[in-house]
Amino acid sequence: MSGKKHITMTVNGEAQEFLAEPRELLIHTLRERLNITGPHIGCETSHCGACTVTLDGKSVKSCTVFVAQADGADITTIEGLGNPDSLHVLQEAFKEHHGLQCGFCTPGMITRASKLLEENPSPTEEEVRFGMAGNICRCTGYQNIVKSILAAATEMNAAKEAAE
Amino acid sequence: MNKELTREERTDALGGMGCKRKRVEDARFTQGKGNYVDDIKLPGMLHGDFVRSPYAHAKVVSINTDAAMALDGVVAVLTAADLAPLGLHWMPTLAGDKQMVLADGKVLFQGQEVAYVVAKDRYIAADAVELVEVEYEELPVLTDPFAAMESDVVLREDLMGEGGALPDGAHGPRKHHNHIFTWEVGEKEATQQVLDEADVVAEEMVYYHRTHPCPLETCGCVASMDKVNGKLTLHGTFQAPHAIRTVVSLISGIEEHNIRVISPDIGGGFGNKVGAYPGYVCSVVASIVTGVPVKWVEDRMENLMTTAFARDYHMHGKISATKEGKITGLWCHTTADHGGFDACADPTKFPAGFMNICTGSYDIPTAYLAVDGVYTNKAPGGVSYRCSFRVTEAAYFIERMVEILAIELNMDAAELRRINFIKKDQFPYQSALGWEYDSGDYHTAWDKALKAVDYDGLRAEQAQRVEDFKAGKTRKLMGIGLTHFTEIVGAGPVKNCDILGLGMFDSCEIRIHPTGSAIARLGTISQGQGHATTFAQILATEIGLPADSITIEEGDTDTAPYGLGTYGSRSTPVAGAATAMAGRKIRAKAQMIAAYLLEVHDDDVEFDVDRFVVKGAPEKFKTMKEIAFAAYNQAIPGIEPGLEAVSYYDPPNMTYPFGAYVCVMDIDVDTGVTDIRRFYALDDCGTRINPMIIEGQVHGGLTEALAVALGQEIAYDDMGNVKTGTLMDFFLPTAWEVPNYETDHTVTPSPHHPIGAKGVGESPHVGGVPCFSNAVNDAFRAFGLRHTHMPHDHWRIWKTANELGLHG
Repeated sequence: MSGKKHITMTVNGEAQEFLAEPRELLIHTLRERLNITGPHIGCETSHCGACTVTLDGKSVKSCTVFVAQADGADITTIEGLGNPDSLHVLQEAFKEHHGLQCGFCTPGMITRASKLLEENPSPTEEEVRFGMAGNICRCTGYQNIVKSILAAATEMNAAKEAAE
Repeated sequence: MNKELTREERTDALGGMGCKRKRVEDARFTQGKGNYVDDIKLPGMLHGDFVRSPYAHAKVVSINTDAAMALDGVVAVLTAADLAPLGLHWMPTLAGDKQMVLADGKVLFQGQEVAYVVAKDRYIAADAVELVEVEYEELPVLTDPFAAMESDVVLREDLMGEGGALPDGAHGPRKHHNHIFTWEVGEKEATQQVLDEADVVAEEMVYYHRTHPCPLETCGCVASMDKVNGKLTLHGTFQAPHAIRTVVSLISGIEEHNIRVISPDIGGGFGNKVGAYPGYVCSVVASIVTGVPVKWVEDRMENLMTTAFARDYHMHGKISATKEGKITGLWCHTTADHGGFDACADPTKFPAGFMNICTGSYDIPTAYLAVDGVYTNKAPGGVSYRCSFRVTEAAYFIERMVEILAIELNMDAAELRRINFIKKDQFPYQSALGWEYDSGDYHTAWDKALKAVDYDGLRAEQAQRVEDFKAGKTRKLMGIGLTHFTEIVGAGPVKNCDILGLGMFDSCEIRIHPTGSAIARLGTISQGQGHATTFAQILATEIGLPADSITIEEGDTDTAPYGLGTYGSRSTPVAGAATAMAGRKIRAKAQMIAAYLLEVHDDDVEFDVDRFVVKGAPEKFKTMKEIAFAAYNQAIPGIEPGLEAVSYYDPPNMTYPFGAYVCVMDIDVDTGVTDIRRFYALDDCGTRINPMIIEGQVHGGLTEALAVALGQEIAYDDMGNVKTGTLMDFFLPTAWEVPNYETDHTVTPSPHHPIGAKGVGESPHVGGVPCFSNAVNDAFRAFGLRHTHMPHDHWRIWKTANELGLHG
């Protein structure tokens, strides 16, 4: 396939620029080209959510986004949410409440949860379950994932209140 | 000087067995820093991809690879003709059969591997797959095992003898050219006699449909042949890395010391990653041919269509009882659909796994089981999807048969179970089908469960609901699903359990470092179970060093001691036992060192949490940390320096976890939609190592059970086309469909396990499937339903209601 396209994007705050075939999938751009391997590939059909990233403020499944569609986009992956010295509240909460087992869905799960809590900072359990229904976990049965997200919401709200 | 800690504080400081230790794995996983096979990149690495058959049964007339080879970036296209000179176009299966690595003249299932393309990146490989021209000639397709046993169509010409003779298979005589084996256990005539003379006999065909473990990460590998030093490194999603090393050595001829198999982080296994697949063989060959690393990772469709299905058991059952409900006999004939090749992952002597645990939790004096394995035009596999070998099938069978018997006797199903449970004082219990159950207290668990859910209250509510339904006041019925399951896990004793001749022991090797920290390596491999957390807890308690100071390492065959891997809930029963035993060897040496340091006789010191103390003088002690240092800096007469141990543990018996589950479900008769109002799960897995992790395992296993019972299946049409090949059609529940579960427990330790642990990972699946299914069936009991097959999706439930005349 010829006809490479000039692409620019910002990933986790860093500017990226490269030539790519328009058909390249964003998940491969991230994983193969940029070595950002937190987002995973689970289904290639937008169902499992292991590849979830935030693209221009929206949760998207990067396995079904062409890199050409992401030209100029601002992208955040799990790698952009926290770092070893300062974990994101959600990362701490998943640890604390046993919200993961094999870890394969976890990056997508936490990335989606971070966006969910931006959209709805004080969700009910039902809203969490509905808002996370695009992310499949085969290990946990979701109970502790839901618990982790609700706990993180409480903590983030308390921190916000304290800051005000 | 620090304040002297109390014994309790010292115990807590260890983070040993019984505490809810947070997982050490989570730091990397929550930050996206796991290292899964598709994350591995080696210099110059190529990508492999398969040309697969669109047909379920066809002759392969010709394969033309010219156009694919002409594509820029394609390095090689392998076919069976390329592998044949190496003898690698076929490979042995775990079940004593052989399987085509690449189509050798014909294909036997849709998605079968036909050619293997190697290219510079995965896009070029995918393009080249499209350019390989394969000419097929369609053959008649057999997707039904009963029809296959009657058909003239021969699926496996390679297994035919001269002049149409039928040589024995790996498990004895074969009855028909599409027959694989007959496996019989128990007393056929005696059981028939009991059935003939019984007051009551319930009979049913219980079909457990074909499904798939479908871990979120698919199968894959990176093969890297270093031609300079002759070493092959194989990274892959292997639940049994050592067994894979041995298999690769046997089929490739590369000496085992020149093969290093590494299982990196694994994104869930559930049985899918036990077997050896053509992708592994082709990747190894491709790396040998090209001299550079080759990566192969399945996509989801390939995963669902080709690697390791589960179940597909047609179980014809008869159960007899006295008028009072005492079960007198059990008869089961299973027709097992194994697909095109027999690649079941079972111990060699058990071609139907531990299906002979099908007497369940009940004291059944006489029983008989026969299983016939059959070839069809479906994918090979037959793995244990989140259960020990065929134990989910067995538990589903008996728990359905007991419910049907209750209908036949017009008895309450909970009461019927209670009067037939094996009693506490009967353990160790010899079952009619040959097992020795190690320990159990079923009545206590059952009573606790029924009390917790207010069983009598639920039945009263259900009766009222039926009245209301009949009176036209509601369109929703209520089902109460009951299950008391007994698992058989921890395979297994070398005397009767092996895979490819490899005894199913497991192992642990411990090295204590001079400053009092340690590394322990095991023959198992975690796929999410949290071994790095829990095995350190076992050791902390056994050797008195903090769990936080103990690294657990698995999955690298160059460093870990030989073991048979993680599946069948065997890690805690077998490798967990090896860990405790290796820890005790460390402690035994530490005792001698402590006695030397304290200048007393060995027998005059005793272990106390994190130290050895002089008996009767607890103020005189040496901590394990001090002892560790002494092991490296003191010349102690008669004792070698260092502090290391290794244990290979051959379990004397299996372990038998059990549980009592109750599911309360509302069913909308007009839409077939189910609403799980309540699910109570009591598990008894013996000694509990980490309650937090046990609870997580139970949640996960129940959710996989919900999936299987309520919608998940690998379905074929009559042409052998897979109808459920993507996550659009293959049901994986989301957070929206899954309830909150109530977990509970009793503790009946295993008497033969060093720490009394039995294993838990699979119990919730084994118990959960019949519990969900029983709830659906129970909802319609008042309207005359005896049995309806899984998966109970909305459409099938609607159909059941319709057939019962409930739609007016």
